[in-house]
Amino acid sequence: MTTAAQVRKDPRRPWTPSQIVLTLLATAVSAVFLAPLLWALFTSLKSETEAVEVPTHWLPEDWTGQAWKALFETGNITNWFVNSLVVSVCVTTIVLVVSALAGYGFARTEFRGKALLMGVVMAGLMVSPAVLGVPLFTTVQQMGMVDTYWGMILPQCAPAAMVLILYKFFQGVPRELEEAAFIDGAGRWRVFFTIIVPLSRPSLAAVGIFTFISSWNNFLWPYMVTNNPDLMTMPNGIATVMNSYGIQWAQLMAGGLMAGLPLIVVFVFFQRQIVAGVAHTGLAGQ
Amino acid sequence: MTTASAETVVRPARARTAAATATVRRGQGFQHGGWFVAPFLLLFALFVIWPLLRGLWLSFTDANISGDAAHFVGLDNYREALDDPLMWEALGHSAWFTLLVVPCITVLALLLAMLAHHIERGKWLWRLCFFLPFLLPSTVAANLWQWLFNPGTGMVNHVLGLETAWLTDKSYAMLAVVVCTLWWTVGFSFLLYLAALQGIPAHLYEAAKLDGAGAWHRMLHITLPMLRSITGLVVALQILASLQVFDQAVVMQDFGPGPEESTRTFVQYTLEQGFTSYRVGYASAISIIFFVLIAAVALARMWLLRNREEGGR
Repeated sequence: MTTAAQVRKDPRRPWTPSQIVLTLLATAVSAVFLAPLLWALFTSLKSETEAVEVPTHWLPEDWTGQAWKALFETGNITNWFVNSLVVSVCVTTIVLVVSALAGYGFARTEFRGKALLMGVVMAGLMVSPAVLGVPLFTTVQQMGMVDTYWGMILPQCAPAAMVLILYKFFQGVPRELEEAAFIDGAGRWRVFFTIIVPLSRPSLAAVGIFTFISSWNNFLWPYMVTNNPDLMTMPNGIATVMNSYGIQWAQLMAGGLMAGLPLIVVFVFFQRQIVAGVAHTGLAGQ
Repeated sequence: MTTASAETVVRPARARTAAATATVRRGQGFQHGGWFVAPFLLLFALFVIWPLLRGLWLSFTDANISGDAAHFVGLDNYREALDDPLMWEALGHSAWFTLLVVPCITVLALLLAMLAHHIERGKWLWRLCFFLPFLLPSTVAANLWQWLFNPGTGMVNHVLGLETAWLTDKSYAMLAVVVCTLWWTVGFSFLLYLAALQGIPAHLYEAAKLDGAGAWHRMLHITLPMLRSITGLVVALQILASLQVFDQAVVMQDFGPGPEESTRTFVQYTLEQGFTSYRVGYASAISIIFFVLIAAVALARMWLLRNREEGGR
């Protein structure tokens, strides 16, 4: 950006009063945000009897890994974990490929009926599995995909929102870049893969990460389409199977933390790219 | 940016540019353009358009879940739906939830984003703290708050020194769902605001400072106006998401409708009709009604946006 924005801030700037106030405020707010998670962590390290003791207390009197051990010994948690991973990785891959192609197709190529199709896709923003749960289920049922990986994966792979985000981004890529390549004899596909895709890496990363998060955390659709506990995904298994035996809180909290962990790790490592991606995709700047 | 220099460099190339565009239009344009969008359109047709049309057809029948032959019943389902007090109640719950969540989340997200934006130290830490809950599956967040709101053994009453029956008292059950939702989802809007704040050009603030504008003035006359369009987006996304609330409400109530059915949301009612009562036709009819409502909200937003743009901004 402009040079003015590049004036480097001295990392060792002294604390001004306003910075102290802001930092204290942020610490307090963060404590509120983290408290439920700490509570879950401490609960998971209590014994089941201690977890339901009244009055309750924060720290376990007897620290024990019992709940975590039981989670792996009795539950299908490893199955659920693998299922979640398979489903989320497939969904993310398919969504990235399909929506990048479509976004580019709509932004930069001409074909008959483009405007009409674009309108249909825009209208698709209003349709979600929550709205169309029942007819979507009967459709998938007719295709024989209930209780299969495909049944869980494919219906999550047509997000109009992602196409629109990438469409907006591709529209902003200077035409001159492509046209120079056309003159050198490159075809549409070649231009797409060698010029457009490398240019749009931050946007694709943002789309990929958000797709992965929402797919990993998706509860409603896998809940509708699976009955077999061996096929369930993490959020689904935890909410339905673990609750159905009468809740064992310590174990439930351990399972919940397990389900959240992968995304937390991803975010810790990629948070800079995620924020940049949000800014970049125009998600924020509409 | 460097627009001026790019413009001068590019200009000599304009002549061949026109020729190239013409080739593209005439030659490969059609087939290739079609192939680019084809994979998406195939999935979109199978899993969005087709179920939508199918739902529309089913809504005029008495179809059940097992796929036995359905009979055409005309508008019976719709007539029944309009007279169905449970449907209106469920719709009311979803609307009430939306009304409570959307303003709170928007304000909270904005305040958190400003806080994280203006602190100079440990930016990544605050960002992580505020966004962390959003990374949990909804069911986990719901179970966690179910546990926190548990009257005897939960931490909420313990910390606040209350003895409220959050989950089993009609007047508090929905509030508990709202609190859980705020904690769980505010991170997403927070991130949108944060990105928008980072996108406001620094020279605006510098110019204002030179003119002697104080911090309060700069926020009122630069920050807030610059954030107007992102606020529109946040509100719209939140309304659409909140109207479709399901996960938290059912998990916190162990898949039941809550005390005196006070947390049964519209999506939950639809699924109950389809999967518990096996009335696919009826469930489709209320889904279509819901779809029309959501479409109305989305169109109203588009219409408002267009009007505002035409209104001189």
